[in-house]
Amino acid sequence: MKKTLFDKIWDSHIVESIPDGPDILYIDQHLIHEVTSPQAFNELKERDIPVFRPQQVVATADHNTPTQNQHLPVQDLLSRKQLKELTHNCEENNITLYGLGHPYNGIVHVMAPELGITKPGMTIVCGDSHTSTHGAFGTIAFGIGTSQVAQVFASQCLLVEKPKKLRVNVNGKLKNGVLPKDVILYIISKLGTNSGTGYFCEYAGDVFENMSMEGRMTVCNMSIEMGARGGLIAPDETTFEYVEGREFAPKGEDFEQLKTYWKTLKTDEDAVFDQEYSFDAEDIEPMITYGTNPGMGIKLSGSIPVEGGKSDAKALQYMGFKPGEILLDKPINYIFIGSCTNSRIEDFRTAAAYIKGKKKAENVNALIVPGSRQVAAQIEEEGLRAIFEEAGFTLRQPGCSACLAMNDDKIPAGEYCVSTSNRNFEGRQGQGSRTILASPLTAAATAVAGKLTDYTKQLN
Amino acid sequence: MEKFTTLKDTAVPLDIENVDTDQIIPARFLKATDKAGFGENLFRDWRFDKYDKLNPDFVLNQDQYSGSILVAGNNFGCGSSREHAAWALKAYGFKVVVSSYFADIFKGNSLNNGLLPVQVSPEFLEKLFIAIQKDSEEKIKVDLENQKIAITSTGESERFNIDPYKKTCMINGFDDIDFLVSKLEAIKNYENNKKTTPASVGV
Ligand code: SF4
Repeated sequence: MKKTLFDKIWDSHIVESIPDGPDILYIDQHLIHEVTSPQAFNELKERDIPVFRPQQVVATADHNTPTQNQHLPVQDLLSRKQLKELTHNCEENNITLYGLGHPYNGIVHVMAPELGITKPGMTIVCGDSHTSTHGAFGTIAFGIGTSQVAQVFASQCLLVEKPKKLRVNVNGKLKNGVLPKDVILYIISKLGTNSGTGYFCEYAGDVFENMSMEGRMTVCNMSIEMGARGGLIAPDETTFEYVEGREFAPKGEDFEQLKTYWKTLKTDEDAVFDQEYSFDAEDIEPMITYGTNPGMGIKLSGSIPVEGGKSDAKALQYMGFKPGEILLDKPINYIFIGSCTNSRIEDFRTAAAYIKGKKKAENVNALIVPGSRQVAAQIEEEGLRAIFEEAGFTLRQPGCSACLAMNDDKIPAGEYCVSTSNRNFEGRQGQGSRTILASPLTAAATAVAGKLTDYTKQLN
Repeated sequence: MEKFTTLKDTAVPLDIENVDTDQIIPARFLKATDKAGFGENLFRDWRFDKYDKLNPDFVLNQDQYSGSILVAGNNFGCGSSREHAAWALKAYGFKVVVSSYFADIFKGNSLNNGLLPVQVSPEFLEKLFIAIQKDSEEKIKVDLENQKIAITSTGESERFNIDPYKKTCMINGFDDIDFLVSKLEAIKNYENNKKTTPASVGV
């Protein structure tokens, strides 16, 4: 039978299929962090079960960490307790931890790829829905709940039903100023937030083939925002080049041998998908969201749809927008460039290239939070820090930060924030905060103009 | 895990679509390292205003509605994978959530915690809302064995789907960890076979 890329990886990881039930799926790599792991460790302890394959687990601290003074003890008591518990659990179970201050520390979905932990053909899980990010490497990667974290601890396996298969094709040439973030926001705006439920999504077409690994990660990252368990892109030379030479990537002969195998990881010519959609790259423009779910997206220069259901009305009321309103020139006081969607070096290069020689507008608080220590170091090395600081942007230490506002990086109630993160839910960036999702370029341009602005004319 | 067979109770109508897990339990309450106590902060920002005053307009604060069944709008539980959402609903006292659509991860998380997600047709969901809003004492019956949900006063009912494996787990009150641990030999065999395939090099 003809197989999709997804089938090939999934099928090779089945330990056993339960008749009329789920598969026992083997997990190659388990990533954990401080927020969704403590209860799983407790669960194991209560049942007196050891962690089965601790060498296949890697931990980081990212969700609930401060982005200032990381060398000092964490001020928030509950956060400190959570971090202490993670350290303790990792020590007790022989799990590698890249804690706060470690040179490899970072947001779990930034850290693992940049260290070469993420490789094609693997199964990767983490107690975080944006685990789909790793799909950029041609990997089956998806988020799990804490009970499942405990299952993987106990058995290195998960009981899961095989999802259906969906393919999204985008072909053509992207317009100037249109970034991977715009591509995925566009797709979600067209398909809605639950069109992907029950599916795993493969992204195909020359737009993705021509995209960098970091761009592919941005796209796969948001697969969950259309409801899909995960998204993936067939590995190719771009992938192999990215992986080669990274800290934990296989070396020499091993690498070559693997590469031969990785090259087989693509969807067969006539393989059938349960659902398929196609879009033209030429139709995509810089995107923003206007509502309280990531599917409520429009072109930056567009207007809010007039026709909407009752959930639209509720969202618009929360956001303080009206149907039919054009958001261009809307004053904005906060911008955030960060999160596992857009906190890699390319994102900051793009932002810096635009910002260079300009200044942020008086009214704007501009927060820049790198995805990892390594990205932070690159920002230093490439001289981007100076560009940001001269322009009046605040550069912080790595972490999830204002993406979910568990730490002090919160947007005040009622304020708009043009954010490169992935969720614009009510209160996501702080109680009462109003999030407008966008690309790093849109965020940078907003900071400079002090309002949403059509910067595409300035690009050449 | 608690066993679940049948339940007949009043329900709380949450007529809102796309309820995401950030609403069910906002991130600032995720700092606890055990499962207890999340019920207090269930739907926190809808139940309370910014001065921590009870919001009388929110359905959970309306005295006439109570019960262990939550009937919610389409696409319930979307967003973050936080299992805290299922814990919070469970801790608050819900045993069943009914909607016309559930996000995948939320559904799995609920089943792993003895909270039964019942997916019904949009038409039946509408009927449920009408029945409960008409009479807050209306009893809803959920029968897991026969996979049936019924409105007592009108006798209207609908069949719902559940994975047969998950159904057995819920009815018997055992969970995936118990099952997987019983499979460790097969898992080790898989690992040994895998060592000979290129896919495992460097993994
Ligand atoms: S950056 Fe945001 S979405 Fe990404 S892992 Fe952290 S909290 Fe989750």
